This record gives sequence, C-alpha cells and structure tokens, in this order.
Amino acid sequence: MPKVTYIEHTGVEHVVTVASGTTGRDAAVDNDIPGIDGDCGGVCACATCHVYVDAAWLDRVGRVEEGNMEAELLQFAEDFRETSRLACQISITDKLDGLILHVPHGQH
Amino acid sequence: MSVNQAIKTDVSKIPLDEMDVSDPVLFQNDTIGEYFTRLRAEDPVHYCAKSPNGPYWSVTKFNDIVRVDTDHKVFSSDAARGGIVLGGLGVPTEASAMGGLEMFIAMDPPKHDEQRKVVSPIVAPHNLETLEPIIRARAAEILDSLPIGEEIDWVDRVSIELTTMTLATLFDFPWDERRKLTRWSDMVTASPGNGVDSWEQWQQEMMECGLYFKNLWDQRVGGEQKHDLISMLAGSPATANMPFQEFLGNLILLIVGGNDTTRSSISGGVLALNQHPEEYAKLMKDPSIIPGMVSEIIRWQTPITSMMRTALCDAEVGGKTIREGDKVVMWYLSGNRDGEVIERADEFLVDRKNPRQHLSFGFGIHRCVGNRVAELQLRIIWEEIVKRFSRIEVVGEPVRSLSHVIHGFTRMPVKLHAR
Repeated sequence: MPKVTYIEHTGVEHVVTVASGTTGRDAAVDNDIPGIDGDCGGVCACATCHVYVDAAWLDRVGRVEEGNMEAELLQFAEDFRETSRLACQISITDKLDGLILHVPHGQH
Repeated sequence: MSVNQAIKTDVSKIPLDEMDVSDPVLFQNDTIGEYFTRLRAEDPVHYCAKSPNGPYWSVTKFNDIVRVDTDHKVFSSDAARGGIVLGGLGVPTEASAMGGLEMFIAMDPPKHDEQRKVVSPIVAPHNLETLEPIIRARAAEILDSLPIGEEIDWVDRVSIELTTMTLATLFDFPWDERRKLTRWSDMVTASPGNGVDSWEQWQQEMMECGLYFKNLWDQRVGGEQKHDLISMLAGSPATANMPFQEFLGNLILLIVGGNDTTRSSISGGVLALNQHPEEYAKLMKDPSIIPGMVSEIIRWQTPITSMMRTALCDAEVGGKTIREGDKVVMWYLSGNRDGEVIERADEFLVDRKNPRQHLSFGFGIHRCVGNRVAELQLRIIWEEIVKRFSRIEVVGEPVRSLSHVIHGFTRMPVKLHAR
C-alpha cells in the first residue's frame, strides 16, 4: 500500500497509507487533511483539492494538461504554480509510493 | 396566494407537461419542494414548453446538474444567447435606456476567464484573514445593539446589516451610504409591483447606481493602488478599459453575489434551527460544530435557486436530448435535496457527515467566487450569536421573496432570549 505525505502551508506533515489507486483527494478527505475540502466529491468540478506536487515527483505524476477541465479550473485557483494539480486527478498507485503533496494556504 | 391555499394544490395531479417550476409564487409560498420531489422521481430532466419565461428544460438531480455546470463548451452562459437567469434580470433589454448589462458570470471563456481573475484575489487567504476580525467586530456590534425579548425583524436588523457592511468594506464604499448597496442589490431582481413602482423608476435608480460607481471609479483610477474591488477593476489591464455597461454589470454582479445570497442564508439558518429544535439543541451544546453547520445551512437554504445555460449544440442529459439553442435551468435547490447523492437529503442536520457536498455555489468555471466570504460571515455571526443568546425565536410567519432565483426572505420576526 503506497504512502503519501501532505505538507500544510505551515509545514505540518501528515503521512497516510492508502490502497493503491486511491485519488489524492480521497486520501486527503478520508484522513481529514486540513486545507483539502474536495467539495465536488472528486469529479473535477471545483478546485478545492488543489495541491502542489513536490518538484521531485512532478515528472512521475505529470503536469496538468493545458486545455482540459482540470487546467480550466486551476487557472482560477489562488497562487497557481507550474506544479499545481487537482488531487482528485492524481491516482496514487504503487509507482507513486512516497509521493509528497504540498497543500496551499487556501482554496475556493 | 396564502400558504393555506397553496397547500390545496395536489402536486401529484398536475400533468407533467403543464408543470412550470419557474412560477415565483411557488417559491414565495414555499411549496416548490413538492414540485421538485415529483420531478426528481418522475421526470428528472423535464421540458416545460410554455411559461411566462418561454420554453425551458429543468435539470433537477445532483449529478445531472454537475454534468451541465462543468460542460461550459456545450452549455453557454453568454448574455448574448440568453445569459444565466431564466427570464433575464430586471427590465427587458430592449426597453432599457441603459441597454444590457454585461457581467463575467454571463460570459464564456476567454473573456470570462480574464475578468474573473481580476476580482478573485479579493478573496485570497490573506485578505480573508484581514477581513475576519473586521467582520467579527461588526457582528458583535450589531448583535449587542439588539433588544432582548422584543419583536424585531431579523432580516433587516442582522442579515442585511452584516452583509451590507461586509460588502461596503470590500468596495471601500462610503460607509454612511452603504444601504444604497442593499437597495441596488434588491433592484436587480425587482419588477413593477415587486420592490419598485415602474420600469421608469427602476431605470432611474439603476442609473443613479451607475453614476455613483462611475464617480468612485474616476476617483480611484490612476490613483494609488488600493485593495478594494473598484480599485482592482480600475487598476487591471483586463478590466481598466471596460465599457460602462460592463463595468456596471460586473459591479452589480458583485453586489448581488455578496448581498442577496449570504443575507438569505443568515435568515434561513435561523428559520431552519427553529423548525428543527433538536438541531438547535445540538448547536447550543457544542458550538464547535458551527463550520459544518454553516455548510449545511448553505445547502438547506440554497440562496440562489438555479442558474441557466443555453445549449450550443445538441446534447444528452439524463437520457433526454437537448437541442441547440434550448434553455437549460440547473435547479440547485432541487439537486441539494437529491437523496441518491446526499444522505437523508430532506433533513436539516447541523452535524452532517459530509456537509460541503452541495450545489449552492455551483460547479465548474462559474463556481461562486465569494464562497469563502459567505462561509466566513456565517461562521462568525453564529459564533457570536451563541455567545449572547440562548435562542433566537421566530415569532411570526416569515415573508419569502417573490422570485424563482433569489431564495430568501424579506421579513422574519424574531424574539431574542438572553443567555
């Protein structure tokens, strides 16, 4: 079962273990990670599971694809960066065991 | 129509093809819920061929609404195609001396995207942190000024007062004249006999609103860059050269968005807690549930009942074929009662397990910009209320708004009980 670490904007770390294939949004919401609300239920319809993928993991996770729904929603996110993704669109498989996701200061 | 008369209508006997859920009377007498319950069960994507607002589709279930709301390439918000409100906003465009108002909520990408990005920083986390103590001080001041044990109108004394103060702060609006914001917000959805005497009066007041803001804009354009909404619009390349109609339209969007909505949720929460005394008891026993309760109140009230789209091509929704050019109304108020997605959807539960899962802010690129400001105001007012009062008792029949869009109250008589 892969592990994923969420780091809050204040630096507080949360390590959770999830079943392979769980989305980064579900893993966060199921484990009450502060700062990730996931309001739409994980269907890429809001931007309240915005995370920054740790630079060391960006190639393996992949960047957001320009022009798709995720990119359209992320463009309005507070403090959008090159490493921004919606956690509902990241599937945490065994290949991503050890993944680090940074949680932004706020999202809406 | 009185509530008693309305109850005599047997909703189960109305032929489906004659059902028009955009009749504002159904919202005013609070019978609309029965209509939506029937549509969700029998015809969840429903076509109404004839209504005073023209033909339209009603989308009533949660997942179908999310599907329409997130597909802006097929379902347009563009004002030129009909905009976002079934029946339009205010005076018919052709009759107005001012022409149509343009606002980014009623635009498609790319223009929508550029303009939305200009205003969204106002609700950035650091701005909310600055705003919180200001709102808390105002909320405390409002609540401390209220008499105990006397009948007062909660809508006017608290709901309107707090949201108007917050809005005036966001606009850096002249403080003593802030009730103008309330008036202009009400005007947007007013019509002759409903908040205004005639379209001439409507036009005159909206013109006054436009000139007032034009004056504020002129004072702030080119000035030192401040962090209020008017300065943001005046100072950004994407919006600095907006035509007047667009400037006024966007301001009105922000006024209505920040005023009618949270106002209705502040009032709606009081009513819901009165109708569910066991839930009120839970709140008084453990005020730490307030953040979740706030989301539940926003779901329960659904202060904006619906948003409309226009199909840009043929599309299938819930097994029905919607034709190019058709009007499609997403009834958030109905989707928020969809028991297939929301557990015990017909119950008001202040400690609901998954309270943030609701449609009241919409989804997709037009999702409410100010949702965090709304939640902030509601959280603060309830935190301050429970410190002061053991109970806010609704002592008479609340008066609901005559509107199929704004789901709110014009009056709610209450008595306060001291702690």
